[in-house]
Amino acid sequence: MSESTPAIDPALLKRTPLHALHIAHGARMVPFAGYDMPVQYASGVLKEHLHTRSAAGLFDVSHMGQIILRAKSGAIADAALALEKLVPVDVLGLAPGRQRYGLFTNERGGILDDLMIAHRGDHLLLIVNAACKDADAAHLRAHLSDTCEIESLDRALLALQGPAAEAALAQLAPATAQMRFMDVRTLEILGSDCIVTRSGYTGEDGFEISTPADAAESIATALLALPGVALIGLGARDSLRLEAGMCLYGSDIDQTTTPIEADLLWAIQPVRRTGGARAGGFPGANIILEQIASGTSRKRVGLQPDGRAPVRSGAQLFADDTSPSAIGHVTSGGFGPSVDRPIAMGYVATQQSTTATAVFAEVRSKRLSLGVTPMPFITPKYKRG
Amino acid sequence: MKFTEEHEWLTLDGSIATVGITEHASTQLGDLVFVELPKVGTALTKGNGAAVVESVKAASDVYAPLDGEVVEVNDAVAADPALVNSDPLGKGWLYKIKLANRADFDALLDDDAYKKLIG
Repeated sequence: MSESTPAIDPALLKRTPLHALHIAHGARMVPFAGYDMPVQYASGVLKEHLHTRSAAGLFDVSHMGQIILRAKSGAIADAALALEKLVPVDVLGLAPGRQRYGLFTNERGGILDDLMIAHRGDHLLLIVNAACKDADAAHLRAHLSDTCEIESLDRALLALQGPAAEAALAQLAPATAQMRFMDVRTLEILGSDCIVTRSGYTGEDGFEISTPADAAESIATALLALPGVALIGLGARDSLRLEAGMCLYGSDIDQTTTPIEADLLWAIQPVRRTGGARAGGFPGANIILEQIASGTSRKRVGLQPDGRAPVRSGAQLFADDTSPSAIGHVTSGGFGPSVDRPIAMGYVATQQSTTATAVFAEVRSKRLSLGVTPMPFITPKYKRG
Repeated sequence: MKFTEEHEWLTLDGSIATVGITEHASTQLGDLVFVELPKVGTALTKGNGAAVVESVKAASDVYAPLDGEVVEVNDAVAADPALVNSDPLGKGWLYKIKLANRADFDALLDDDAYKKLIG
């Protein structure tokens, strides 16, 4: 039996405000994006995954970046228009108290990071990936400092996800029960000002809660005392988001994949597309708008292995079980505990991207068959009503 | 029962060794969701991959603990990988090999030495 252990000195890793809580709960800690993070607790990835879908999972995602973007003019519309220079997203049309998904693009149409953009009344709050947060802040400063102030917040971030999340959080903040999917509000929890969004990265109903760093442990402890709430590690976070068909930055999307190749056209609202009132004007717009019009040579798709063997990230994909040249590769893959079978996503040549097309992955020198399948693999439970 | 530094256990019946992974290994790996076993008749060389066990997160090789030929595999764990977690030293055995050199078995770690290894 072999397991690779990364040679990283834990003393060099950053810690979140919940580090001691993780240790106290028996977490197995691993290096992730420069942080010492819990990959799982005693019950393990499989049971943590299933617990989140049947009750409520509490995740520490404090390693993620929280960045405030505020226009020097004081008008949030100016901050929104400034941000639109860096994302192919309708930020100006975002209503107060709402958030939406976005992407920072580069000049080649690739993706520098994916993020959530929240309209906070007089400013925008951006939630970005841990591994990209310093680069994102620098990118914002380099391009928007003339009109905006950019402030990286030193706050904790908790995610509470699953069917028991609403009832649990309502015990501490009753107003959260009235929130709809993608709402954002400032609410007091245990005496601290928190920013709550009804969103997440699991396909479940749930919330993400930005707390002051020094309040994170008491809020997490209070949530853990409520019915159905258990700590869940990054291992299950990954299998949950894969079942939900969501991209992991650095695996499924990166600087070499465009939003169109990644099947993220839905994140580019019509107002930013050709013919829209604010078409283009973001890095790589010529390439991305051309791809919207003419298509791409490859596409991100869901993949369903026919057998029981998981097909994991990096596996090469082929059009048949003999051809020597690959038509794509798997970018995320593993076992989906809720669907009780292996699942994957990856890029394939566009001619192989239609549902039910059979492709083959090379795993341990064998070709295993997979079917192209729509995502998500589970039915999302968002509270849209 | 004997053990390897790669966290396999072996029991011997004549020249046939039964091979599985230790409780320590099964705990470290977490709940298994897939087990790939060698084919009966495969000639195994000590240190080469013999089986693959996969959790939600990762695939891990199980190395051949000794030289020998696979004479039987546990189809029950292929059908229900959770057996390896629930009963790693019993119903969760992986395969049986006819040892090339019976004496190799004696050189493996005994219970005390393995317990020392895993601390």
